[in-house]
Amino acid sequence: MNEFIQNLIPLVIAVVGSMAWLAVNALVLVYCERKFAGHIQRRPGPFEVGPHGVLQTLIDGLKLMGKQLLTPDNADRFLYWLAPILSMIPVLLLFMPIPYGPVLTGMEVDLGLLLILAFSSFNGLALILAGWGSNNKWGVLGAARAVAQTVAYEIPLLLTVLAIAFMTGTLNLTEITAQQAGHIGNWFIWKQPLAFLVFLVAMFGETNRAPFDLAEAESELTAGFHTEYSSMGFGLFFMAEYGYMVVICSICSVLFLGGFHGPIPGIEGWWWMLIKTYALLFLMIWARWTFPRVRFDQLLNINWKWLLPLATFNLLATALIMKL
Amino acid sequence: MNALRKHVIQPILDCWSLLVGLKITGKYFCKPLITVHYPRQVIDSENLSTYGGHVELIGMPKDPATPKCISCMMCVTNCPSNCLKVVKSKAPTPTPEQEQAWKEAEERGEKVVKPKAPKFPAKFMYDYTLCSLCGTCIDNCPANTLRFSSNIYWVATSRKEMHIDLLARLREQAAEVSAPAPKPEARPAAAQKEA
Repeated sequence: MNEFIQNLIPLVIAVVGSMAWLAVNALVLVYCERKFAGHIQRRPGPFEVGPHGVLQTLIDGLKLMGKQLLTPDNADRFLYWLAPILSMIPVLLLFMPIPYGPVLTGMEVDLGLLLILAFSSFNGLALILAGWGSNNKWGVLGAARAVAQTVAYEIPLLLTVLAIAFMTGTLNLTEITAQQAGHIGNWFIWKQPLAFLVFLVAMFGETNRAPFDLAEAESELTAGFHTEYSSMGFGLFFMAEYGYMVVICSICSVLFLGGFHGPIPGIEGWWWMLIKTYALLFLMIWARWTFPRVRFDQLLNINWKWLLPLATFNLLATALIMKL
Repeated sequence: MNALRKHVIQPILDCWSLLVGLKITGKYFCKPLITVHYPRQVIDSENLSTYGGHVELIGMPKDPATPKCISCMMCVTNCPSNCLKVVKSKAPTPTPEQEQAWKEAEERGEKVVKPKAPKFPAKFMYDYTLCSLCGTCIDNCPANTLRFSSNIYWVATSRKEMHIDLLARLREQAAEVSAPAPKPEARPAAAQKEA
């Protein structure tokens, strides 16, 4: 019993920490996104609430919480409200195995990579429940598209991750980070450049980010799967999206950019992980405000005709080289 | 060769174009913002001079409250939006004594000089809701009495407020510019003197 409690306490701290980390990220990233968009498109962005509008997202969040929760007529109440929760809850779990620093790991799991891949797929389920449960034809259409997209993009993502797993011989993220210790030349981006590129593109598709944000194409599908969601129902989807962005960028920096190891030997710490993760996040935001949204057939063509063959080739090449 | 170009070279060029796009937006991101946050900042006079707001009248150099306008109607004729309305001044109606005097003078065979109508317009109305700011009136004005204003912070809450009496505006501007403001009623008095 004593041992159980000893194990439980760090876990509870980790969960609470993940929640705080997720909330802070959602607030900061929404603000950053709007500011970034403003600067790229030559307009100031939020400016009225707080100095340079820093309190804008906080106020937006309060507004969302203050709104009435509506359930559409004839909607499947249970599925309708399960969807945003199902979208949100796994994100907290996804932060657990990510090593943010030498000791800053929520939970040491040998199957960390597998756990993340398995639980991030819950998002697809959440999207289809949201579309199905809201008794709305646009919702269903949006959900169908969203699921087609997330399922498609998960395959090249998995294959690139598998190539890394082949190379390192482990699914433990801490172990993968440890194998990249030392100088910048040890990072897997140099050993797996093709995998990195495929991962980078699949990252956008998997998190529903522009130019692959077809799941919530407001011009074609009114709003996609979350058409009927108001207030915090929508807010949870929104927060989950940013959560998944942070998770996938963290994983990318762990797998390819050396995690918490700095480019020079001897300098390591959580700040390196933060710098790399945020650099990738800013790349995602930058891409969103640069490229136009692709068409749905283009989206699937990019995946099935380019990413999947490239990822398969990369995996086979890795396997061959590892065997030789 | 064609297949190589289509399936290998073109995709690489396509990917390159993505980087070019990122470079362009990245450059814009780094440039300083030029948007003005209105209540806290205002546009400086240098930038304001290039602004083309609604049309307004230019006064005479010596008498800024009187427009250089000669009521030739060129602006009204050329306006494609039909937003200008100019009413010519009429000659002052003579008093019965004056009429009597002229009659007597004519009977004596003298040449009578009747007062002419003044050149400046009696009314110069401008409908800003119709104006497309094309500047045709300004280009066609032979007296150079029209210009775009730099009235950037002007807003109105109703359509009616957008119907501007340009003569009144000119008088207001003249009053603002010169401290001993020429009185609005100075003009009719002078006109009577001429008559």
